[in-house]
Amino acid sequence: MDRAVVITGIGPICAAGAGADAVWSAVCAGRSGLGPIGSFDASALGMALGGEVAGLKIRDLVPKGYRKATKVMARDIELAVAAARLAVEDAGLTTRGSDGGAQGHAIDGVRTGCQIGAGQISADPVELGRAVSVSMTEAGLLDTREWGTEGEGSGGAMDNLPPLWLLKYLPNMLACHVTIIHGCEGPSNTIMGAEAGALQSIGESLRVIERGDADICFTGGAESRLNPMGLVRMRLAGRAGEVPAGADPACVVRPYDGSSVGVIGEGGGMLILEESGSAAARGARVYARVSGFGCGMDTRPITPGLDGLGDADEDVGLTRAIRAALDDAGIGAGEIDAVAPMAAGMPVLDRRELGSIRTALGRDGFETITLTPFAGNMLAGHGGVTSAVASMAIREQRLPARLNTGGASVAGACGARDAALGHVLVCSGSYGGQAAALVLSRAS
Amino acid sequence: MSSGRVVITGVGWVTPLGCDVDPVWSRLVKGECSMGPLERYDASTWSTGFASQVSGFDLRDRIGDRAGRHERSSRSTRFALSACDDAWRMAGLDGSRPGSERVGVYLGAGEGEVDYSSYIRAHAEPFADNAFDLEAFARAVSRFDAASELEQEPQLTSTHLAVEFDARGPNLNCMTACAASTQAVGEATEIIRRGDADVMIAGGSHSMIHPLGMTGFMRLTAMSTRRDDPMHASRPFDVSRDGFVMGEGAGIVILEDLDHARRRGAAVLAELAGFGSTADAYRITDIHPDGKGGAGAMLGALEQAGIDPRGVDASGRPLVHWVNAHGTGTQENDKIESAAVRTVFGGLADRVPFTSIKSMLGHLIQAAGAVELIACVKAIETGVIPPTANLSEVDPVCGLDHVPNEARDLNDAGGVSVCVSNSFGFGGQNDSVCVRRFEG
Repeated sequence: MDRAVVITGIGPICAAGAGADAVWSAVCAGRSGLGPIGSFDASALGMALGGEVAGLKIRDLVPKGYRKATKVMARDIELAVAAARLAVEDAGLTTRGSDGGAQGHAIDGVRTGCQIGAGQISADPVELGRAVSVSMTEAGLLDTREWGTEGEGSGGAMDNLPPLWLLKYLPNMLACHVTIIHGCEGPSNTIMGAEAGALQSIGESLRVIERGDADICFTGGAESRLNPMGLVRMRLAGRAGEVPAGADPACVVRPYDGSSVGVIGEGGGMLILEESGSAAARGARVYARVSGFGCGMDTRPITPGLDGLGDADEDVGLTRAIRAALDDAGIGAGEIDAVAPMAAGMPVLDRRELGSIRTALGRDGFETITLTPFAGNMLAGHGGVTSAVASMAIREQRLPARLNTGGASVAGACGARDAALGHVLVCSGSYGGQAAALVLSRAS
Repeated sequence: MSSGRVVITGVGWVTPLGCDVDPVWSRLVKGECSMGPLERYDASTWSTGFASQVSGFDLRDRIGDRAGRHERSSRSTRFALSACDDAWRMAGLDGSRPGSERVGVYLGAGEGEVDYSSYIRAHAEPFADNAFDLEAFARAVSRFDAASELEQEPQLTSTHLAVEFDARGPNLNCMTACAASTQAVGEATEIIRRGDADVMIAGGSHSMIHPLGMTGFMRLTAMSTRRDDPMHASRPFDVSRDGFVMGEGAGIVILEDLDHARRRGAAVLAELAGFGSTADAYRITDIHPDGKGGAGAMLGALEQAGIDPRGVDASGRPLVHWVNAHGTGTQENDKIESAAVRTVFGGLADRVPFTSIKSMLGHLIQAAGAVELIACVKAIETGVIPPTANLSEVDPVCGLDHVPNEARDLNDAGGVSVCVSNSFGFGGQNDSVCVRRFEG
């Protein structure tokens, strides 16, 4: 009855690089991808620094017949679509979206699912601003009568928005485009859990395969808040701070260090999860087994509007998520060889996170994989990219470099090094209080 | 240890026809509709200047002083709190709740709609001389209220339910457009079956009745433009249907492991017997023309419930007594969903009542599926199937047993024991659940 689930492909895209090899080589070499945001001048918002993905040309990453659809892809969707392509190629699988000459094992679409963690997508401010600016009252409110006036030619300003405007911004469009391109007809879901969303999605994919509703799942998350409204919201949510002028981009995010400032990045991290028997039958290369998943909820989240937790030293939802994942994997806390946490680099969040990990593992001094100094907080994309890097670490039996990481309980910065990695814990809380944890294990 | 069976022990909803379960059900059975001109802003010039609105809703009337904590919560969150409070009390969980970590939440809640005037202003003010001035944008957003901004994030609704009902178990929110709350109920059921929670608060809530939400669907030409006659604008399966009517609301069910419900002596309303989920993988704007995705979801739900859609009982009656349609009233959906029902039920298709309560409530978007599931629970309880309202002339491309305009009392035929509820989302997610009369 028990169906084991393994990771056979990874597709990470973040400021540190695109694709398994590029990201792995950057994190092993200690090369941060953080820098000034280039797509717009964010200095007016006091957030000029970000983790931006350079050179993403989505038209080149979709089948020729699908290029037209890229016009209705917000950046979040582009990241998911690009990451999914990388992951499926890395897995040695082919789909109807593969290039003509691609070699590999063809998926059975009906048995292939897709679960993606996504965030709220902000409307392009220029497009929306242009449309609404001609339809405002003197009091600074939308003149709804004028905005929606019916009639061809004499239509209201609403008609300045393209007909498919809404479809660019629906969060489920990440999974919709991925399922359409690759022909995934199995269960499909979009989970909104902020930083925990990708881990929740990977966990749901695990369950979908375990219970036999699919044999393969595209899974992970993607998000880009590197736009004016997105940055503002994340600042208000306490996910990022004001970066001091002249700071070295590579040194700003310092997980577990009280002097750290959080920086927002964008990223997509997609994995291919596969039932282990069918993966073995096709001779797939296996990165790791997904051996445990757990969820939790802190009913005292620290979002500014909710009942405050200002000085709490533990995220009890995260603690429970880790314990549940360990139970699910059937291992003791002592068997965890490394932890890949959120490590947002905001001191109040880091303190809570660290408190949870210490409580759940019952010890200090564990090894960590922390990506925020390389790529920033990628929100719904974070767990996907982190899971991809953790998978790579297990396969290579090597830990990437730690940049800037410090604090009383966590080992400080160091270079990449070989490590015996039997089980890696990937975990995150979130600004809504939702938490999730995965145990990734060396495949036997 | 999980019994492997999941039952519904409480239901609650907020709908344009009211918030109390039984009075709304009575109005649905009577075929009452709830549409009217938009109340919250002047849309008198709009082709779709009407909707199906929840009028006069005050959370304080529903949950008393606890509402005070939610003054900045989104409309969608406030709907969900009301519906959940009703469901929780109906389930009798106040007196006999399990430990906090055994209670979870899985919602398909939509984004909150908070403070659109500030939002639009922040986009309009910086735009001058065909350029967007980020300094002006920064000034405009510096007036934003942090809490109100965050309340827009869809998962904040499930956060608030967890806080209010001390639910520290799994907490997830999915956003699969119009399929979301059915999907949430289905996945929550799987969480209980696996033994990861004893009780799940499941369902959804949503309001897109604001200028930009309406704009989005108007630009897609998905909504009815029958502005002169809003009350009859939602016309599923009718030849003259011309799109859906926007609604708003919430539906919450309490799902519970059967053994857990038995141990605490809870009254079981119905069994959540099956869940099926597929993707069309076709186009972002269109449904696959042969309806295979919708058919696959229905077949998955029935298979899990162990019900043969082509089977009949000893009296020759089909085993499924009601298919509560997605039935939006768009040309495409109703035609293709009817084809999917034919695929599933074959020669029995025209003997399985297949109706849409969206004809009366409008389309509650992410909340629709949970509200429609609750209607199935009430149909099982009462033996009555509500009608498809506004159905003057059945479109031959639909042409099934749509129960036009008059409710059908099936008590003489043996009542209503098995229902299927469908929800299909923009972009191709299809979810169905099968709900069955509970028999120990």
